[in-house]
Amino acid sequence: MSSNKKYWQNLEELKESSSIVETHRNNEFSEEIPTDEFLGDKESLESSTTSRRDFLKYVGFSTAAASLAACEGPVMKSIPYVVQPERIVPGVANYYATTMADGFDFSGVLVRTREGRPIKIERNGMATTGANARVQASVLSLYDNKRLQRPTANGEVVSWGQFDREVTERLNNVSGDIVLLTQTFASPSTSRLINDFSQKYGNVRHVVYDTVSEDAALDAFQARYGTRALPNYDFSIAETIVSVGADFLGDWAGGGYDAAYALGRIPVEGKMSRHIQFESNFSITGANADKRVPVTITEQKQVLAALYNYIVGGSSASDLPARLDDAVAKAAAQLRKAGSNAVVLTGIPETDAQSLVLAINETLGSEVMDTSNPRMLRQGNATEVRQLVADMNAGQVGAIIVAGVNPVYSLPFSEEFVGGLAKVDLKVAFSMKKDETALLCDFVAATPHYLESWGDVQFTRKNYTLMQPTIRPLFDTSQFQDTLLRWTDNDNTYYEYIKETWKDALGTTSWIDALHDGAFEASEPEGISSTVTAGPTNVVVNDDSTAARNLAGAATQGLELELYTSVSMGSGNQANNPWLCELPDPITRASWDNYVKISKFDAEALGLENWHVSNGALNGRYVNLKVGDTVLEKVPVFVQPGQARGVVSLALGYGKKEGIQKDMQVGVNAYPLYRDFKSHQPVTLEKVAGEHEFACLQLHTTLMGRDDIVKETTLEIFNTRGPEVWNKIPEVSLNHVETPVTSPDVDLWDGFDRSTGHHFNMSIDLNACTGCGACVIACNAENNVPVVGKEEVRKYRDMHWLRIDRYYSSEESFEGDVQKKEGISGLGESLSGLSEMEVASDNPQTVFQPVMCQHCNHAPCETVCPVAATMHGRQGQNQMIYNRCVGTRYCANNCPYKVRRFNWFLYNKNDEFDYHMNNDLGRMVLNPDVTVRSRGVMEKCSFCIQKTQKTILDAKREGRVVQDGEFQTACSLACDKGAIIFGDVNDDTSLINELVEGERSYHLLEYVGTKPNVVYQTKVRNTSEA
Amino acid sequence: MKKVKNRHSVARILLLSVSFFLSFQAFIFAQDSPLSEDEPVRQETVQGAEESNVEAEPSGADAAAGKEIFNTLCAACHKLDGMSIGPPLRGVTDRRDKEWLHSWIRNSGAMIAAGDEQGVALYEEYNQVAMPPFTQLSDADIDNILAYVSQPKEVPPALQPGTDAVAGTGGGGGVSTDIVLGILAFVLLMLLVILYLVNKTLRRFATASGVELPVKEKRGKPIWKSFVENQFLVIVTSVILVLVGTYYFYGYLMQVGVDQGYQPIQPIHFSHKIHAGDNQIECKFCHSSARVSKTSGIPSLNVCMNCHKSVSEVADATATEEYTKEFYDGEIAKLYDAVGWDVTQQAYTGETEPVKWVRIHNLPDFAYFNHSQHVEVGGIACQTCHGPVQEMEIMYQNAPLTMGWCINCHRETNVRTAGNEYYEKVHEELSKKYGVEELTVAQMGGIECGKCHY
Repeated sequence: MSSNKKYWQNLEELKESSSIVETHRNNEFSEEIPTDEFLGDKESLESSTTSRRDFLKYVGFSTAAASLAACEGPVMKSIPYVVQPERIVPGVANYYATTMADGFDFSGVLVRTREGRPIKIERNGMATTGANARVQASVLSLYDNKRLQRPTANGEVVSWGQFDREVTERLNNVSGDIVLLTQTFASPSTSRLINDFSQKYGNVRHVVYDTVSEDAALDAFQARYGTRALPNYDFSIAETIVSVGADFLGDWAGGGYDAAYALGRIPVEGKMSRHIQFESNFSITGANADKRVPVTITEQKQVLAALYNYIVGGSSASDLPARLDDAVAKAAAQLRKAGSNAVVLTGIPETDAQSLVLAINETLGSEVMDTSNPRMLRQGNATEVRQLVADMNAGQVGAIIVAGVNPVYSLPFSEEFVGGLAKVDLKVAFSMKKDETALLCDFVAATPHYLESWGDVQFTRKNYTLMQPTIRPLFDTSQFQDTLLRWTDNDNTYYEYIKETWKDALGTTSWIDALHDGAFEASEPEGISSTVTAGPTNVVVNDDSTAARNLAGAATQGLELELYTSVSMGSGNQANNPWLCELPDPITRASWDNYVKISKFDAEALGLENWHVSNGALNGRYVNLKVGDTVLEKVPVFVQPGQARGVVSLALGYGKKEGIQKDMQVGVNAYPLYRDFKSHQPVTLEKVAGEHEFACLQLHTTLMGRDDIVKETTLEIFNTRGPEVWNKIPEVSLNHVETPVTSPDVDLWDGFDRSTGHHFNMSIDLNACTGCGACVIACNAENNVPVVGKEEVRKYRDMHWLRIDRYYSSEESFEGDVQKKEGISGLGESLSGLSEMEVASDNPQTVFQPVMCQHCNHAPCETVCPVAATMHGRQGQNQMIYNRCVGTRYCANNCPYKVRRFNWFLYNKNDEFDYHMNNDLGRMVLNPDVTVRSRGVMEKCSFCIQKTQKTILDAKREGRVVQDGEFQTACSLACDKGAIIFGDVNDDTSLINELVEGERSYHLLEYVGTKPNVVYQTKVRNTSEA
Repeated sequence: MKKVKNRHSVARILLLSVSFFLSFQAFIFAQDSPLSEDEPVRQETVQGAEESNVEAEPSGADAAAGKEIFNTLCAACHKLDGMSIGPPLRGVTDRRDKEWLHSWIRNSGAMIAAGDEQGVALYEEYNQVAMPPFTQLSDADIDNILAYVSQPKEVPPALQPGTDAVAGTGGGGGVSTDIVLGILAFVLLMLLVILYLVNKTLRRFATASGVELPVKEKRGKPIWKSFVENQFLVIVTSVILVLVGTYYFYGYLMQVGVDQGYQPIQPIHFSHKIHAGDNQIECKFCHSSARVSKTSGIPSLNVCMNCHKSVSEVADATATEEYTKEFYDGEIAKLYDAVGWDVTQQAYTGETEPVKWVRIHNLPDFAYFNHSQHVEVGGIACQTCHGPVQEMEIMYQNAPLTMGWCINCHRETNVRTAGNEYYEKVHEELSKKYGVEELTVAQMGGIECGKCHY
């Protein structure tokens, strides 16, 4: 019997004759099914004679045909040169010395080219500067698919001939000044050329604009020494370094000081330099310091004034709070003790502070500071830039030619600039990108990358480098100088023009030799200087005692903001470079972002926080930043241990939108806050709603007292006690007897004979590593490491073969951590004690530890691979065979160092990962000697086996023994600090052999018994206070 | 019964006659082949005779000796017919005075300097490239050269009446095979018909003479049925079938991606046989990057032009039955088109068109192979992997290029350590370890995965 129950679907059915019920009864779907949409054109569909059956037949047939066709191998074409250039042998790399000079980064480099295309940047040992991460990554910017490909006039593509004609015609008839607004070129030939240009057109004004200004330091130096330059420093002889807010291992004063600094940090004969850092923002310089004192920006000034008074003024006390006064007094004492080997630096963007530092160094008789051979890498003049914008708005400027800078993006008063630009008759932009400024200009001249250009650069008064093209221009571009030559009716190319400049000035060096070496020493060519002295030459500064009084009297202004440049992005010139976007910041370990760094204390006061979500990724709050009447909205907040209370900091160079691929339009533009070109600003923070997703690569930040990961000691203990105290070999229990883990008795495995042939080892010196990240980028470039994007990084699926771990101490020092850990007893205490240790200290000790595959002789990964895709070579390399790997990931699970990387996706030719490997141009950077990995395989550091094999082959072919120093990996080659040393331990005379046998060396997690081929050198800190 | 015997003998006679016929055919055929091998030799003798005829004709100069001198001294810049750096020389004696030629050859520079009208005109015409002086030549030498260059152009021998007969025989050889086969087929067919007829006639005889023919017994069961019923046989057969099937399937799978014998048609018919075989050009002369690089490199076209600037046509003797001289010359013309070489002007036009060769030896991207390692360090002959290239008219892939093939060679081949300082230490240590004098590549660590896969 059927039930008469009625099931109600909704209340509407209670109503009689409800229209809704009626419609639903007749119409199963409330909305019309969009059949037309997926069936396409209805009409043609109806008129088609193809039946469903036919369709299935076609599908079946084409599937069968496709699968049959797939059995055939593809036909590969091979196209040789018609005329092969003499020096190019397919398959053999050529090297050229050239120079990167983009106005922010200056570096003499060596470029590796294959079949005529540059694939890697290496540092040039003959040049005086190192190559940081951005320099290493600059080769990828050559293959940027957002580059301008040809010149345009009023938005139309034109030929260079027409471009020149139109511009020169208007230049000749211009009313008002012609202004060249350029980056710092530091180039004698360019200066000479601009002089020629001025002579031809008469009313020319050259304004140099540094995106990130060193104006205060330049003014102070000019006032004291007459040249608009920056003092040069030789940190390798420094015994005591006191820095007040100077990030001199970063981009301070043009950067590049880290290699010499690192030389003095390796203890030799019981001596190493002492580095004291007073700073607000937590920088890598602070992280490397022996003693780091977090101070507010106001305190920085007071500290500097006190230091001046102690050293120059001879006073014996200061008005500083006791905590600071103690530190300053001790620093002053140590400075005085080191005498001519001492140096004081500051990053305070005020002429007063910069003058004081020069005075202090003079009083100390510092030989570290060199004022006779000053640096020319910053020429910008903020006063003139301000004046220019005023003149533009007043309608006095008839033509503006912008080269190498993007003022619409980077000027703090960019709105005024845009307003002024509208009043300028002729607007020409020389740019590699259709950037914010180029968009507003009538004439846009596409310029080549530095790897396609000629040039000369004056690093210091005596040191020069040359820039030469390493590839034919990829596009229809013409460099600024070549265009200027045409506009001055000069038939020479810029190459000939440079040769002319140096015709008589090279001294004993020949032009070819200079070009080959890339760097040379010379005196300034007669009458030509790269210094620009167009504007008012006499700079007025306060006398030292007034300056000191001014600084000492600085008043606290509430919360302060420090703007800094990050290791990965710098001033933002290479914002469209995926390698740099994905390079984690050495301190925060966050990539793909900039953010406000704030101390925990301030964060709590403002109710801001960071937390980890369930998959381990980091999330955080947003704030609005207000400086004066400028508000930066929705800036993510990053709670930073070690950040000074009362100071927040934000990186410049992010938030570019124009000429940037969508995935790389990250971060916020901090330049509007860079008021008056001062990196220090008073600020107010306002918490706003929302949750920011960071791409932070390190979940756990403290070391938890695990001294088997990072071994640390003080110089005092290192000098007075044996290694058994500060570098103890771990012991394990064998039959209830503590036995050293190096003993063969406790080994599960039989050892192999490793004394025959080569056996590669690597040594990483924790004392010399500053965390700069150059090795990471070099590894990316050498080994075709893919970029995975922010979302994947959040899931910890980054592919970097080499990472630089950063650990904080949770107590004042790592030693304190160990003591605390060992002092814990009982369950309750360990629960509370250990969770306390997960929180970093307010002013933690910090250590950087590069970790790559340790190439264990007893590798845990090798034993678990079911298909033997990873195995040990006789030369000590743990080999990873991609074509054999089936992707079980057992090896990664069994690796104690977590260095194996899994290809979760296909990262090349995949629109989901729209980075350089997804376009033809970007793929030109790939190293043809290394396989591009596919989806589903494991990969990891190979110890650059392609490079070691190449070295061996070269030796075999030449019938000789491999010399020490010939074996190199990408990272060891990139590290100008000597922190990464690679070589053959079976060569008794090799440096690596000495390092491995050295008493500072230890293995990472030695007690596991994996017998790695990578050794670390115990970090020694110079904690002596007197 | 006697009749039966008789029947047998008929068949035998037939069989015998056929075999006799066949052996006769084979004999004719056998005579054919040495004849065709003789062919080129004969052609040459004919040519030789012709040359000596011509040579006897003018003033007793030795054209053969002249040819020798021409090839050593003149051929770099002159051809008999066709433009080169200098003008074509055939018939130059008709165009110029003999005295003038003598002094011109001796020292053309002096004549130009002296303002000789003809000389200056020539000098201007040929892009002001001066001919080097040949003062070492005697009058007789020059006469010999002139005798050589005044020979009339040879007409391709196949068209000459003297060689017709030979060519005819050669062609006949080709036709006769078909005829023989046809006759054979016909004979076999006839045989079948005869057999059938004989059988029919005999049966008729038998019925007529009352002989009882044996009748086949009908079997109880068809064979397949008893096979199906025999379980053991079914199992054994299916096991065998499965095994054989697996064997072939495995074989099929193993050849996927193995392109041994791959012989694609190339945009230019480049004959390694002519270059490396006939002319004995060393492989690395053109594939020079094999010495230093991982790739052996397909020679760029400017390398070809080093020789082909003056070699614009092949010698007549190069032509084969399959490929005529015109064909080869056409291929050289393709090179000229690609590299932009104007033969008449003897100059580059600048219009180039790179040649898209079809790559024959394809290693997957994940396998690293270095030519210089094998060729320079190991001293391995190119032919070890690439096969008899000097005999290949069309290049093909000789080796399977599978990993097993590589590994096998690495196991068997000794490393050439002698005289190489690099190997000294490791050779000493390893030979002690393995107790051998010579070390194989494998013993050196040459079969480690990471040595080729990274």
